[in-house]
Amino acid sequence: MRRLPVSLVIGGAITALLLGAALLSRVWTPADPTAMNVLNRLKGPGEAGLLGADQIGRDVFSIVMAGAWTSLGVALTATILGGAVGTLLGVTAAARGGTVERVLMAANGVLFSFPPILSAILLGALMGPGALTSITAIGVFMVPVFARISRAAAMQIWARDFVQAARMAGKGQALITVQHVIPNIQAQIIVQLAIQTGLGILSEAGLSFLGMGVAPPTPSWGRMLADAQTYISGAPHLVLAPGLAIAIAVLGLNLLGDGLRDLTDPRRRQAS
Amino acid sequence: MPALTRSARRIGGLLAVLLIASLVIFLLIEAAPGDPASIMLGTSAAPDTVAALRAELGLNRPLALRYLSWLGGLVRGDMGVSYTYDTPVAGLILDRLLVTLPLTAMAVVLSVAIALPLGVWAANRPNGPVDTLASVFSQVGIAVPNFWIGLLLILGVALGLGWFTTGGFPGWGAGAGPAIGALVLPAIALAIPQAAVLTRVTRAAVIEVANEDFIRTARAKGLSRSRALWRHTVPNALLPVVTMLGLQIPFLISGAVLVENVFTLPGIGTLAYQALSQRDLIVVQNVVLLFTLIVLVVNFAVDGLYSVLDPRLRGRT
Repeated sequence: MRRLPVSLVIGGAITALLLGAALLSRVWTPADPTAMNVLNRLKGPGEAGLLGADQIGRDVFSIVMAGAWTSLGVALTATILGGAVGTLLGVTAAARGGTVERVLMAANGVLFSFPPILSAILLGALMGPGALTSITAIGVFMVPVFARISRAAAMQIWARDFVQAARMAGKGQALITVQHVIPNIQAQIIVQLAIQTGLGILSEAGLSFLGMGVAPPTPSWGRMLADAQTYISGAPHLVLAPGLAIAIAVLGLNLLGDGLRDLTDPRRRQAS
Repeated sequence: MPALTRSARRIGGLLAVLLIASLVIFLLIEAAPGDPASIMLGTSAAPDTVAALRAELGLNRPLALRYLSWLGGLVRGDMGVSYTYDTPVAGLILDRLLVTLPLTAMAVVLSVAIALPLGVWAANRPNGPVDTLASVFSQVGIAVPNFWIGLLLILGVALGLGWFTTGGFPGWGAGAGPAIGALVLPAIALAIPQAAVLTRVTRAAVIEVANEDFIRTARAKGLSRSRALWRHTVPNALLPVVTMLGLQIPFLISGAVLVENVFTLPGIGTLAYQALSQRDLIVVQNVVLLFTLIVLVVNFAVDGLYSVLDPRLRGRT
């Protein structure tokens, strides 16, 4: 058996930990992440709980755990929705070609010119802050990313002999796309899902940092950092924990994506 | 196809995308709740005063007419008047650009200054210590949020070492020194994730070009290793690096909104964010369009640079 890529092992472990923490936080956290305890206000790590307490005495470790659920929930939903729409656009463009392809790719160009924070500002004006605004803003930006990748990958498959054979056999574009193109590009799509979920976590954190993410008291890493900034000189531990959580989560998903790519396409291992 | 026709077609495409983007922005802002006239006058205003202001602002004109008059105004540099600041939006934006443009320019220069040497060095000695450092830096750098780097810089450098300031902007009137000083930490925070991405791309591009036949030929002709690297490999590896720099612009702009917020810089990102919370939608509308314009124009320019950097691509669309 071939040895698994190191990045896959490390990335997989971190992602499993993140997922585990997110799921566990639904049934158990060391303390109630929303329970205030003024006596513990701004206490450091060890003095009150593993990672200390925040400005109203909530247990930081518990909020970080519960924040994993929020972060992963928003990022994963946005990525899956954006990825599904984008992939559909990409394989359609590759299958149809011509005007359909040009129009779809031009629409992509328009979407791509709206970075997540900008669409969030626009959507925030329309629907106010919240999980739905975050998911839509991040998902919209994922569409062109997946469309580009799946179109390029699908075009390579369309040029292959077995697809030519399928066409000779009289199969239509839709059938060939479902039977041959999608199964052959799914590895690349899954790699992107991992990497883009990482980017989604970064975007979600940014949006909640600006106050445009999930509404309080739902725990969120980005808002923890926004709160922490006020107490930065007196309670630096509040800045460290959520930031590290974001960085480790994104690192894990990126490594997982890289590892999956190495596993599914060994040629890339020498190239990158 | 002649070069001139091709350029004209590409500019036409750019304008079309921009027009669609402006329509999307306009319609979203139109659909947003909150009547500008009531916001300007406050909740206690009499209904006929509000109606009079609505008429004065032209808000009771048909939708299509207001869209066209917005576009017409943009062409003349008139973006309307801010609901909360009561000054022309264009002037407001210009003021704020004097902070955001230098900030992003410093971040781009810094990220290239880190990424090019690091990526080239890493590629030149694969699996050496610098290569390991570069790969750790590019993995970690992509994963850390820039606003968190900003907070850590405030904590470690501004509060810890007492270097630079924790935030705020003295204005260019205070002299170039203090003004640039206020932008150093924000620029570093903005640059690190960009540098991480660029390091990775530079390394991969240099390795790929170094394996090409013309580099082997150059070496066979007796060119030294470092001369072949800097004269032939690196210039040919620049194309993907420049492309990535262009693709990163949307992230740089998003990042600027966050980093300006951390360091309380009066930039365009802070303006958009504050305008949103004050429901000064005309400012939001124009700022978002400006950002979109910047993203599109930069991508357009990057596409154009292709043919300058790689003559093989000339004549293709």
